[in-house]
Amino acid sequence: MTDVTGPPNALTSGRLPRWATPVLLVVSWAVMLGVFVLMALAGGSDVAIAPALFLGTLLFVVTGFVLSLLVEGLRQAKDRLVTSLVVSAFLVALIPLISVLFTVVSNGRHRFDAAFFSNSMRNVVGEGGGALHAIMGTLEITGMAALISVPIGLLTAIYLVEYGRGPLARAITFFVDVMTGIPSIVAGLFAFAFFALVFADPGIRFGFGGSIALALLMIPVVVRSSEEMLKLVPNELREASYALGVPKWLTILKIVIPTSIAGITTGVTLAIARVIGETAPLLIIAGFTASMNYDLFQNRLMSLPVFVYTQYANPGADVAPYLERAWAAALTLILIVMLLNLIARLVARIFSPQLGR
Amino acid sequence: MSKRIEVEDLTVYYGKFTAVEDVTLTIEPRTVTAFIGPSGCGKSTLLRTLNRMHEVIPGAYVEGSVRIDGDDLYAPGVDPVLVRRQVGMVFQRPNPFPTMSIRDNVLAGAKLNNTRMSKADADDLVERSLRSANLWNEVKDRLGRPGSGLSGGQQQRLCIARAIAVSPEVILMDEPCSALDPISTLAIEDLIEELKQQYTIVIVTHNIQQASRVSDRTAFFTIAGTGRPGTLIEYDDTVTMFSNPSVQATEDYVSGRFG
Repeated sequence: MTDVTGPPNALTSGRLPRWATPVLLVVSWAVMLGVFVLMALAGGSDVAIAPALFLGTLLFVVTGFVLSLLVEGLRQAKDRLVTSLVVSAFLVALIPLISVLFTVVSNGRHRFDAAFFSNSMRNVVGEGGGALHAIMGTLEITGMAALISVPIGLLTAIYLVEYGRGPLARAITFFVDVMTGIPSIVAGLFAFAFFALVFADPGIRFGFGGSIALALLMIPVVVRSSEEMLKLVPNELREASYALGVPKWLTILKIVIPTSIAGITTGVTLAIARVIGETAPLLIIAGFTASMNYDLFQNRLMSLPVFVYTQYANPGADVAPYLERAWAAALTLILIVMLLNLIARLVARIFSPQLGR
Repeated sequence: MSKRIEVEDLTVYYGKFTAVEDVTLTIEPRTVTAFIGPSGCGKSTLLRTLNRMHEVIPGAYVEGSVRIDGDDLYAPGVDPVLVRRQVGMVFQRPNPFPTMSIRDNVLAGAKLNNTRMSKADADDLVERSLRSANLWNEVKDRLGRPGSGLSGGQQQRLCIARAIAVSPEVILMDEPCSALDPISTLAIEDLIEELKQQYTIVIVTHNIQQASRVSDRTAFFTIAGTGRPGTLIEYDDTVTMFSNPSVQATEDYVSGRFG
């Protein structure tokens, strides 16, 4: 007990000092590292740092629980146990993300230069060359896919939330769920089979077919996310609008959609991010090429994921420049997705309801 | 500007459930009529049938007739949108449009219906409506700010301004003060007193004192038990209802001895 005058407060209980957690963590790591250093010295091998850190964290969780149980009681101990588990899980989930980013940036920076963004691969063997044709192809194909799937997806979501009743709405919901599970290669095969039949050309390859395949994958994502966002709009706002004598379609257009536009934009961006990295369908229907092609409707059209794949799968005699180009293209793809996310955030911030006084 | 409402043999159903049964009453123009009664007795449901807002709830339908100056709201071919342009509504919880500024909220009725309006006319309408709602002096310097930034009482008066901006004949109020503090409630009650000069007002309230303060006539509803439809027990001048009601149940309710 501290030197408090008067009776002790009945609401207080034992409490570990603030510095206990970090100190305990460092001590646990140090202990386990010490053990592994000893083992390494005895066995003559290298010190295994990762297992030491893992076991050190485990030691910290256990000792933290026991210590807290002794000083603070069971409830606080459980709190500490779960807190450490949650934080550890978060850090574990972060490891692959950071690892991927690090690998891609460190490998991709070699060829992340002006030539990469201004050249195609036409007549390039070995060093040099770039991915301009693939970047343009990806932007065109994904842009067209978005152009197709956003209106369809959004209108479907509006139907489901605002109008849909009964078996038709249930059927649509069911098939949207089924569509979510379509493997991307199947979407590619569908587009290929469809256009091969329509144009009677069994070897058909063009960018627009890739857009159709990607749209097939995007639509269910757009429907699902927009549906959730539209459902979040309070019914009171719809009623307020109806009570002003505003017809239903204007209410949807001017009240419901503006109120949920931020969430819808985010959903659309996520859907784009989901399909922009698709390789398999584009490999089938859009094909691959080393040349520039701005025309979605004619000839093979390269895209970034396919570029990465072909650079990696068919290197020349000197492998290094091909691999470097593949990494640089991967980095470009990641940057495009990040940029899209950034734009979506910005749009969401601009459009979202302002709550200032 | 204001019209008489005649409700005749009105029964309201939610699917198989009968919410209100066999209501007949006449609401005179330029009066305030209060609907009182315990929760679940169908006052709000009945109120919503006066501008067909109950149709927003799936499965809701009515039998009987509601006539506004002789025009039956439930005649075949009646467009609920046109009904709602004549019969405005203010809700229990203030619900200004969060995406719009104060000015745009007031103009919402006109803007959402794509009515063309010059800026001078729009400014005039905004000022007139906000003045009628006793809100002009509080917000005139920040008309461009979001309506959701106002206090609860101000938001509710903004909703009233929004409702009167479309110049309805009748204003329905569904417990407009139940989410407000006493001072804001007083402001709204004063406002109702003023609006009475121009509009027919029907107000649902849980606050018996409020009914006695603001209304000219009072309708008392109750239910026989859970799952049973609500019925109109007594409808009379407010003074009579509160001093000398003809039904014992009314006296029990207004004197606080109910249930």
